[in-house]
Amino acid sequence: MQTKVLVVGGGVWKYAAPNLFYPLAGKLIPWFAIAATALCAIGLYIGFFVAPTDAQQGESYRIIFIHVAAAWMSMFLYLVMAFWAGVGLALNTRLSSMMATAIAPTGAIMTFVALWSGALWGRPTWGTYWVWDARLTSELILLFLYLGFIALQAAIDDPRRADKAGAVLALVGVVNVPIIYFSVKWWNTLHQGASVSLTKAPTMASTMLTGMLVMALGLWMYSIAITLARVRAIILERERRSDWIKELPERA
Amino acid sequence: MVWGGWDNFWAMGGYAPFVWGSYGVTVAALALEIWLVRARWRRALAEAARIRKRGRESGMRPAE
Repeated sequence: MQTKVLVVGGGVWKYAAPNLFYPLAGKLIPWFAIAATALCAIGLYIGFFVAPTDAQQGESYRIIFIHVAAAWMSMFLYLVMAFWAGVGLALNTRLSSMMATAIAPTGAIMTFVALWSGALWGRPTWGTYWVWDARLTSELILLFLYLGFIALQAAIDDPRRADKAGAVLALVGVVNVPIIYFSVKWWNTLHQGASVSLTKAPTMASTMLTGMLVMALGLWMYSIAITLARVRAIILERERRSDWIKELPERA
Repeated sequence: MVWGGWDNFWAMGGYAPFVWGSYGVTVAALALEIWLVRARWRRALAEAARIRKRGRESGMRPAE
């Protein structure tokens, strides 16, 4: 028989039970995947075929459309990861902790993409791939926080203990996110400020900004889709001895 | 098209290695991630099915 809902109360909260969340996530994934594909296609089209050449940087600035979107996601995903890890720690809800575990690799990839594209953008515009300034260094620390979270959880056999240890690390690391965000204001860095488009002609600024925002939305939808897919795998791994999984069809 | 031909587009005004290096590695990273997640899910599903089968054979199936 199917396991009864563990969380008392109806409505949306019942999906905090892994056995109910698993099929729901399965239904949601295709929609987020479609949205991600469509938004990224539109964003890239705007970025490469609508947005004009930059007066100062030429075509090299077109890295912005992936760089800024990935950098935003790297910080945002960390906050979401720390939030779910914190909820799991405070309320002892299994699915919250699984969400945090599922977000970490995607966050690490977004951070890597932001650093990689930043290096390739830095070379033609600054003359260097890397510089130890506040923005770049704090973003690198973000990558190490993600990798540390993943490694710490992997090193602990008991999943619930791994959840707790990871949550403490994730919550302590939150302090790094505002440091990344405000680093360009707080310190004198080589990295430019919050927007490169405000000093340009309005039409130019608006298409560049639109491309950037659409790409960020696309990566956001991608992150949701891939996280839901990963959390489904994690649910199966952790709950494989429970009754509801035994009731699951062979290929659900 | 603002480029005046695909050759110009791929050349990216001389910044091709930087621009395509950024986007290429991003696409590769996301493709790898999708592949790994799919493989992990399939593995977990197969493992769950094996446990289920073993339980059935040894009569360990819990009471309804």
